[in-house]
Amino acid sequence: MVQFPAQHVGPSFAALSDATRRGVLERLAREDASITELADTFQMTLTGMKKHVSVLEHAGLVVTEKVGRVRTCRLGDSRLEQEAAWIERYRQLWAARFDELDKVVEELIQKEKADGRNKK
Amino acid sequence: MDATRSETAVTNDTRADRSSERELVVTRVFDGPARIVFDAWTKPELLMRWWAPKSFGITFLSCEADVRPGGTYKFVFGHPQTDEPMAFVGRYIEVEPYSRLVWTNEEGEEGAVTTVTFEERDGKTHLMLQDLYPSKEALDEAVASGSTNAYPEQFDALDALLKSLR
Repeated sequence: MVQFPAQHVGPSFAALSDATRRGVLERLAREDASITELADTFQMTLTGMKKHVSVLEHAGLVVTEKVGRVRTCRLGDSRLEQEAAWIERYRQLWAARFDELDKVVEELIQKEKADGRNKK
Repeated sequence: MDATRSETAVTNDTRADRSSERELVVTRVFDGPARIVFDAWTKPELLMRWWAPKSFGITFLSCEADVRPGGTYKFVFGHPQTDEPMAFVGRYIEVEPYSRLVWTNEEGEEGAVTTVTFEERDGKTHLMLQDLYPSKEALDEAVASGSTNAYPEQFDALDALLKSLR
């Protein structure tokens, strides 16, 4: 089981479980965008994109503001959730590397033992 | 880092924390002597076997590492989600056999300096890796950009996490 601080587990995780929504976050990390621009970028209908944005907004990951007829989206302030998710990805990268490294270490130890025996 | 906690850990859990506003620390215990673990970090042919884990879908295209103080490295990876190969470059600052490695990460403007220490206890190697960013803002930026150690996409792992939380 993954150890995870309980206070960081929330709607963010459901929001992040969808590839399009993760793409939207990456896009907004670069610059703010309107719902229309996001719909274009991800080749979706306006209605479809509105739904995704609403899930992200509910999770606090995205904030939207309507100016005139344009609704602009930017990254929200739920930095703790973002950071916890990021650190977990970072940990998983190292965990995956280290699992492979275990195999290399094990093999080197076996090789050393075999070489030692051969010398005797 | 909580030292007593890592002492009592018998399993090979990989732990990661933002230990200060500009640093990340990863710890892990390996079942082997420090000289062997250190070798696996400093010989390119060994490094290539574990640095790009299969479970992340990353493949090594090339690995050059001149592991001595002032020596440079260049790792090039391929990833199915991007057409462009990703190159990671930097320089080794400190190389102390079997105990300490320090290198820079120079693919971005405000890259971290990575320090790895190897400490042998009872035949096991206690490894600590620290990524020290030049400023709090630089680390915040790395977090906000979504890239982990400059990998553009590592959300597959997040999916795995989500499943485990359900």
